[in-house]
Amino acid sequence: MRRLASGGDIDRNRPLTFRFDGRRYQGYAGDTLASALLAAGVDVIGRSFKYHRPRGILSAGVEETNAIVQVTAPFEEPNVRATMLPLVDGLDARSVNCWPGRRFDVGALNGLLAPLIPAGFYYKTFLWRRWDFYARYIRRMAGLGKTPAVAEPGRYERVHHHVDVLIIGAGAAGLAAALAAARSGARTMLLDDGVAPGGQLLSGGAQIDGAGAANWIGAVTAELDGLDNATRLARTVATGVYDHNLVIAVEEAPEQSWVRERLWHIRAARVVLASGAVERPLVFPDNDRPGVMLAGAATAYVKRFAVAPGWRAVYFTNNASAYAGAAALHDAGIEVAAVIDSRADPGAEIELACSRGIEVRTAHAVVGVDGRSRVRRAMVAPLRGGRPAPVDADLLGVSGGFNPLVHLYSHTGARPVYDDRLAAFVPGDMPPTLDVAGAARGIFDTAGVIKDGFRAGADAVHSLGLERPEIDAPPVDDGPSFAIEPLWTVKGGRGKAFVDYQNDVTLDDIALAHRENFRSIEHIKRYTTAGMATDQGKTGNPNVIGAVAELAGATAGETGTTTFRPPYRPVSFGVIGGMERGQLIIPARTTPITAWNKAHGAAMNEAGANFRRPFYYPRPGESMADAVRREALAVRNGVGIYDGTPLGKFELHGRDVPVLLELVYTNRWHDLAVGRGRYGLMLREDGRLLDDGVTFRLDDDRYLMSCGTGAAFTVLTHLERALQTEWRHLKVFVINVSAQWANLCVCGPRAREVLAAVGTDIDLSPTFRFMDFRRGRVAGVEARVARVSYTGELSFEVNVRRRHAREVWEALMAAGAAWDITPIGSETSGVLRIEKGFVAPGIEGDNITNADDAGMSWIVDMSKKDFIGRRSLERDRKLGGERQHVVGLLPDDPAFVVAEGSALLQSGDHADTPNFQGHVTASCFSPTLDRPIALALLKNGHHRHGERVVVSGLQRTVGAEVTRPVFYDPTGARMRA
Amino acid sequence: MLLIPCPWCGACNENEFICGGESDRKRPTDPAAVDDKTWTDYLYNSTNHKGMTGEWWWHVHGCGKWFTIRRDTVTHCIESAPGDQT
Ligand SMILES: [Zn+2]
Repeated sequence: MRRLASGGDIDRNRPLTFRFDGRRYQGYAGDTLASALLAAGVDVIGRSFKYHRPRGILSAGVEETNAIVQVTAPFEEPNVRATMLPLVDGLDARSVNCWPGRRFDVGALNGLLAPLIPAGFYYKTFLWRRWDFYARYIRRMAGLGKTPAVAEPGRYERVHHHVDVLIIGAGAAGLAAALAAARSGARTMLLDDGVAPGGQLLSGGAQIDGAGAANWIGAVTAELDGLDNATRLARTVATGVYDHNLVIAVEEAPEQSWVRERLWHIRAARVVLASGAVERPLVFPDNDRPGVMLAGAATAYVKRFAVAPGWRAVYFTNNASAYAGAAALHDAGIEVAAVIDSRADPGAEIELACSRGIEVRTAHAVVGVDGRSRVRRAMVAPLRGGRPAPVDADLLGVSGGFNPLVHLYSHTGARPVYDDRLAAFVPGDMPPTLDVAGAARGIFDTAGVIKDGFRAGADAVHSLGLERPEIDAPPVDDGPSFAIEPLWTVKGGRGKAFVDYQNDVTLDDIALAHRENFRSIEHIKRYTTAGMATDQGKTGNPNVIGAVAELAGATAGETGTTTFRPPYRPVSFGVIGGMERGQLIIPARTTPITAWNKAHGAAMNEAGANFRRPFYYPRPGESMADAVRREALAVRNGVGIYDGTPLGKFELHGRDVPVLLELVYTNRWHDLAVGRGRYGLMLREDGRLLDDGVTFRLDDDRYLMSCGTGAAFTVLTHLERALQTEWRHLKVFVINVSAQWANLCVCGPRAREVLAAVGTDIDLSPTFRFMDFRRGRVAGVEARVARVSYTGELSFEVNVRRRHAREVWEALMAAGAAWDITPIGSETSGVLRIEKGFVAPGIEGDNITNADDAGMSWIVDMSKKDFIGRRSLERDRKLGGERQHVVGLLPDDPAFVVAEGSALLQSGDHADTPNFQGHVTASCFSPTLDRPIALALLKNGHHRHGERVVVSGLQRTVGAEVTRPVFYDPTGARMRA
Repeated sequence: MLLIPCPWCGACNENEFICGGESDRKRPTDPAAVDDKTWTDYLYNSTNHKGMTGEWWWHVHGCGKWFTIRRDTVTHCIESAPGDQT
């Protein structure tokens, strides 16, 4: 047991039981999984990514790179940092990257093969065959945890929040900034990733206002909690800063809530980044052995969790901070064998060691470590060379300096700059609405940090026009001041010296990249993958930069830093998805007939614009082909009915509607009489198909436009854009009535009889012509009836108010029973469309197809001075060239329906000859013609009717004859009947 | 996510809007009268100016109005363009 007899912020009256790799352990409330494992004497937490080396716990915070676990209870979650996971009763976690086990692992053989797995290994080795051949073997060996196999049971939510000042980090600087901002009356929010506020104050030795830091933290948080304008969140990590100060934060396990995680979208007028700094390790051979721990983390485990991370410690440092740690461990009863300081002349901090009788070896370095699964001895040698001498130790506290956490600052696009005095990258120019305070700004003494926090909070509120609050900084008694002489790498020794623990990147990898002439730090990062693991190089990045600088004979400042991008730490898919799961991902749109359709056994299918429509209505024992055949023949020979409600419908009001129609359609509209409709084709300004549809003139100044379901939004955009940007003088209102009017289409030679039978006061005699529009009552309900046809048969489109649709539909079904009225699905209407060769802009139009290519020149009136798309169509005509045209295809095999998307090749070519002629856009078996037919885009197709082509699909390759794209009733006599 | 200042609704999240591209390019008043190069320049060649750029935005999930702003494409500083609106 490594639990100390007293001390720590743990509650010894609340023991908790947990499991790790199946074994039971005990910890206390207030522990993290990491502290509880340390206390239980578990040294190896997992294996490393590439070499499967045993790894322990490096840190006590957000920067942890080694102690990554898979949690299996109370929730399944991969990729959890043990240092950030509060212990709960019943917690169950497992190590990662270990097979078959944590102590003996087959993958560790990779360590022996190490010379074969250098930087760029993947790029170099797996080129000669397909990557997917190797992927399954590599993936088994690599990765950090497993995707849970069961659906996520936890729930997540998203909230939006607006504040004046958002402070990220509740350490000394953040608390001070929040106090200053909140006292001024600004809406203030303070986030912290820890369970308790305080940050480094919690394990540091500073005295504030003559008492322990805990008093000051308590006083500040009590004041904040008492203010209505201040909000404080714990266990909340800001993962990214986006444009205009949108901060995304993840709150874990919010109190008094049933959600597992909450995603905050916080829009802040000002952001104060007080994220602190993390310690970095030193780079020396075998610096990854369990028992090598950041110096500050060792102090944190002793002070906050009452855990001895070892019983005999050696410290290795290049700066002043480690001495306070050595003193703290000594004072807690842990033997400190020596402080190894690479500097020749340490400052006053050396007194902390000397006064406790701790040996200090200056100008020395640790050049190696004995012990595989736990440090046993540190090998210590003079820096200028000499025989290494062993020092017995089970804990090696290391400090290579501190990295200000500038990640979120960098998200704004700002660039950190190198500070020689601190041997660290610190914020450079400040963005206008984001400030950085405290250690994140490179201020490492507690008094200075608190003062800077007050300054940043006051600056923020002042820039918002509020009074600067009057605050006196409290007196602070801190340890010796910070000083560092960088020691980027320790040469010599045989073991691997890691610069990035999580991705297993060593000094050798950096050297190899350098030998292969990689120079830019951004390229070296990608080639070696240093800094690209889930920890985003929080601890390791400066060491990579330092190592690169040494190789290049440059300074770290000249080498520069890589770019930090969101997220700051891994974010679960659950919290990104929030409530938008399952059926809520895309709320389905329904029509008044949807329930009837489902009750009558319709097979439903996606139909665009988030609608699901009947695909076909199978009767018992019918296949899809059977049902479609029956439905299609009913429309051709008897009568069918379909629910056209999803169609886009717009009412256009105003005196200039004809001018608008002349602009957006290619044909003439000025002469459309009231009560008449016309088919129109819309082009984009580049001359390519946009949509088609029918527009009726309801009254003098009132028109009704319909368009395809999927195109409805595009058409609305097109109209509004025209009216509000280029042609703002036109007096037209566009009113989207798609949801107000249901559209029930009765189609087939018996349609007239059905409408008469259901009862209507509208004269259905042939005076009601094709493209006429009449108002009246149908089945006792006010209706707008139009004669349009998307099937090629006599059709009446009955438009009624949404609330009447179901009753009218059922009345039509009852009245039509005498003629066996047949509801038809979208697959059947597709078949009827292909038979008629009606070009669908969303199907035959591939963003290149223009009006001519579609065979629709007949509806383009170039004598009009202007319409949208005219100028581009004119240019297409002038340029000429070989364009793809819409054609019909009659495949040779009478029983084989060619696949949509099949390639068209020149007849006589083999399927693998790259002589692409076009592709099949729509294909079906035509029940009317009793043979397969298809529509296609074919090079120069208008001039190739009667020629033969080869249709090459995945399944089969067959021959086909090219025809006009109309297979049935070419004159349109039936729909005009 | 940008905050787009709608002249009618105030500043709203970018995902309520659709960007309509550069507003400084105007459709030729008589397209038939311009040569192909002028026309294709208008259609396809954005200036992609680095710095203050005029842009059309449509508040599609709000008031439904199109309007113009001036946005610095480097810093995202946005100025309303009063007078451009109807
Ligand atoms: Zn608006």
